[in-house]
Amino acid sequence: MAPSICAICEVVRALIIRPKNHQKLCKACFIAIFEAEIHHTITTTSLFSPGDRIAIGASGGKDSTVLASVLKTLNERHNYGLDLVLLSIDEGIKGYRDDSLETVKRNAVQYDMPLKIVGYDELYGWTMDQVVEVIGKKGNCTYCGVFRRQALDRGAKMLGINHVVTGHNADDVAETILMNLLRGDLPRLARSTSIMTGDESSEVRRSKPLKYAYEKEIVLYAHHKKLDYFTTECLYSPEAFRGSARSLIKNLERVRPSAILDLVRSGEDMARLVPEAVTGISQCKIQKVSLSSADDEDTSGCGTNGRSGGGEMADMEKKLQADEDAVGREVDVTAKTSSDNDGLHTDAVLLKLGKKTGPKTKMVKKLTRQTLGTCRVCGYMSSQEICKACTLLEGLNKNRPKMEIEIDIKDEESSIPRIKMEGVVQAGG
Amino acid sequence: MASEDKFNLVVEFSGGLELLFSGRRKLTISVPIKDNEGQAVTVGWLVHYLCNEVMEDSRKNMFVLDGHVCPGILVLINDADWELEGEASYALQPNDNVLFVSTLHGG
Ligand SMILES: [Zn+2]
Ligand SMILES: [Zn+2]
Repeated sequence: MAPSICAICEVVRALIIRPKNHQKLCKACFIAIFEAEIHHTITTTSLFSPGDRIAIGASGGKDSTVLASVLKTLNERHNYGLDLVLLSIDEGIKGYRDDSLETVKRNAVQYDMPLKIVGYDELYGWTMDQVVEVIGKKGNCTYCGVFRRQALDRGAKMLGINHVVTGHNADDVAETILMNLLRGDLPRLARSTSIMTGDESSEVRRSKPLKYAYEKEIVLYAHHKKLDYFTTECLYSPEAFRGSARSLIKNLERVRPSAILDLVRSGEDMARLVPEAVTGISQCKIQKVSLSSADDEDTSGCGTNGRSGGGEMADMEKKLQADEDAVGREVDVTAKTSSDNDGLHTDAVLLKLGKKTGPKTKMVKKLTRQTLGTCRVCGYMSSQEICKACTLLEGLNKNRPKMEIEIDIKDEESSIPRIKMEGVVQAGG
Repeated sequence: MASEDKFNLVVEFSGGLELLFSGRRKLTISVPIKDNEGQAVTVGWLVHYLCNEVMEDSRKNMFVLDGHVCPGILVLINDADWELEGEASYALQPNDNVLFVSTLHGG
């Protein structure tokens, strides 16, 4: 085959073919356009403000390494005025994080960024090795996964930083959208599509600047920029359902590469159709804080990016979720959708406590929604009086490893969140 | 039998794929100029050779699935995406570098 010439500079031989539009590019033009698109994402979503301190959730893996590299480049190129810090979590499993933490330490030098490694012992008073000593090897992934979900936020809080960026890419977002679609979980689907969770009033916001970047391009960027990243073996055993969603996406990508971004866009469009009362993402701030995406992602145990929990872990996770659903303070939410509007938008949402709604209210769907309060013990945002981490810690601290969790089988799959209302709230669009 | 004439090329694994090849990230292999049918050896031929002759791990379907390189594994021939080079039909040349990189591993 005759070598292809770059579609942008029209001089150099093309080495890359972009999945989203089949454009053939040389190495330099690819690197330039990849960075320019992330800059575009950052500016169009007003992700940062000058002077922001940002913690980059760094695992040493490809996504967070590319994120750190690109943010450093853009921060310097476009004078974002950001103070960037690498934040890594050490679960305290002897040997397990050694190589990835070494990678992160090298990255800190390469990118000239301060690095903070926060251990589970600091955050929770227990290393995973100590947890295993108490509860044995079975089920320890559950502890690890529950602890991990709060670890970045708690670590950021310790550093006095209120914005954590993670390396979630377009494939990750597409996968989460697909999983939630297959589960019929629109609230979670809607939340998983937003680039940022939390807002100014949240203690810690989370965002994903690589949300529109293909995993393939992230790997190619890391390859062509010769970035130093690490891969863990643990990733060969993803939770079955997530693994299937992943394979489906990779198969779709092979047939039609634009499918990944199309899925992300479909998810965003669907999110707009989900009433705010259901998503917990409110524009009119009936809650002080938005739901954390930490509850929606990274649900697995070992490994990074929430892709590698075992089936056992998934089961435990389901039990915890069901437990949450079963004891959650429940209230009916009646959504009255607007008929004279564009239909994209919930005109009014009537939330009632115990009483029947008036005759004019048309019952569209019975919904429940999550209470977003804070954990009584640790103060971390939680839909429960005591968060999952603290519940597990309580058990550990009592040296009572096996938590008996009663579950209602019917509720097991449901993750439709619940809300506690202080009274009747009228939520305008 | 094909000709005994052989040439060398470099095969690399990364992104976690090396774990399926006993941790080897880079190997030089010697391939025949022609395959059993007298055709020039291609990347497609190489993939099956690696799967059948080189890979010791039993998880073959993490490298080759239904006769194709698994979705999620990128193939770069001399740093170019193999889609630009005719994919599996690309005829290997002496001293070619073929890199297999998995995209499926954690971020
Ligand atoms: Zn170019
Ligand atoms: Zn707590």
